[in-house]
Amino acid sequence: MNDHHGQFEPKVIAYCCTYCAYTAGDLAGSMRLQYAPNVRVIKVPCSGSVSALLLLKAFQDGADAVYVAGCAIGDCHFLRGNLQALKTVAYAKALLEEIGLEPQRLEFFHIPASAGPLFAQRADEMTQRAKQLGPNPLRRAMRVVGGGKLAFPPDDHPPLPPASFGVLKRHDPQEPTP
Amino acid sequence: MIVAERKSFEQIVDMLSPFERVLVVGCGTCVAVCMAGGEKEVELLAAELRMHAQKQGKTLLVDEVTVTRQCDKEYLEPLAKYIDQYDAVLSMACGAGVQFLAERYDDKLILPGLDTRFIGVAQAPGQWEQRCVACAECILDQTGGICPMTRCAKNLLNGPCGGTNHGKCEVDAGKDCAWTLIYRKLEKLGRLDLMRKIQPPKDYSVATKPARYVHPAFHESQQTSAAE
Repeated sequence: MNDHHGQFEPKVIAYCCTYCAYTAGDLAGSMRLQYAPNVRVIKVPCSGSVSALLLLKAFQDGADAVYVAGCAIGDCHFLRGNLQALKTVAYAKALLEEIGLEPQRLEFFHIPASAGPLFAQRADEMTQRAKQLGPNPLRRAMRVVGGGKLAFPPDDHPPLPPASFGVLKRHDPQEPTP
Repeated sequence: MIVAERKSFEQIVDMLSPFERVLVVGCGTCVAVCMAGGEKEVELLAAELRMHAQKQGKTLLVDEVTVTRQCDKEYLEPLAKYIDQYDAVLSMACGAGVQFLAERYDDKLILPGLDTRFIGVAQAPGQWEQRCVACAECILDQTGGICPMTRCAKNLLNGPCGGTNHGKCEVDAGKDCAWTLIYRKLEKLGRLDLMRKIQPPKDYSVATKPARYVHPAFHESQQTSAAE
């Protein structure tokens, strides 16, 4: 959570559409742009595929801020995915408010593929916002590893999720969310 | 399909406040289609409850399971294996499902997670409208497939009241006048003569609560098994 100077370094998750924002991230790299290293980029096939549950689970697992980056309006590869993502993010913000977390921790951005500088700007913006809001109160201090490492070791061979219909899902608070 | 909506989060938290171990039971039929109590919504609510409890520093264990239907006994039976481990069960089914679950597990506290709204149709993604009030005496054959019992604010069976205003209802100007719709439809079908038919007063005794219905085939088999 804190770097070696004792300063709060937030963890920011960015769900990036492969057609636009992820490509913009590539471009930002090629342009050698500097932006906050706090952002963890997750590539998704379309911003519309991000569900409210996925966004909530990011916060449950300790993310300080989360944003979804999709195409400009009218540019979605799947026609309406970015519009759906806008709705999903607005809904998830309402859910965060119900829980008692600041809805400002979650945001949707339009980042076209050609906008490398905008990608860097948004990454800085969300990191700045997370710094202002402070650490996510749900973060379990014992599980946090400094220096940008994962709080949980990644699975080498993550098992496929079993078909869950009619199956009891137990939640052990001592175990990380699968 | 039965349309329901989730209760407010405050209400649910309030209901669950005395308990530490809670099972959220979803229903995979009507309320899953209207995005209120299906598998996805159960997961969302359970995640919300855990996060809320964690933020408040409370101990709350929330487990989740979704069954195909809560209004059929065979789907409730498998819950018997683990239902004893919980202080309370939050049912994300319509009112019928909640009660049936409470009947099956009568020593368990079953709480409702949804408010049941109506029998309706999906007008657009995420938008549902009422179409039937289950009056037990269908007259759609005479009204061009448009139900005045449901769609007329005054349940009028013999033409519109005096409040029709350019095809809108005087009770709610945002809603269509059912009888204007019926007239236009019958006009289109060339069946305007049906408008002249006087509907007798409805027999409300057939809709007496609580209603019960036995399929004729099963009715007979019950009689024979009683005779044996």
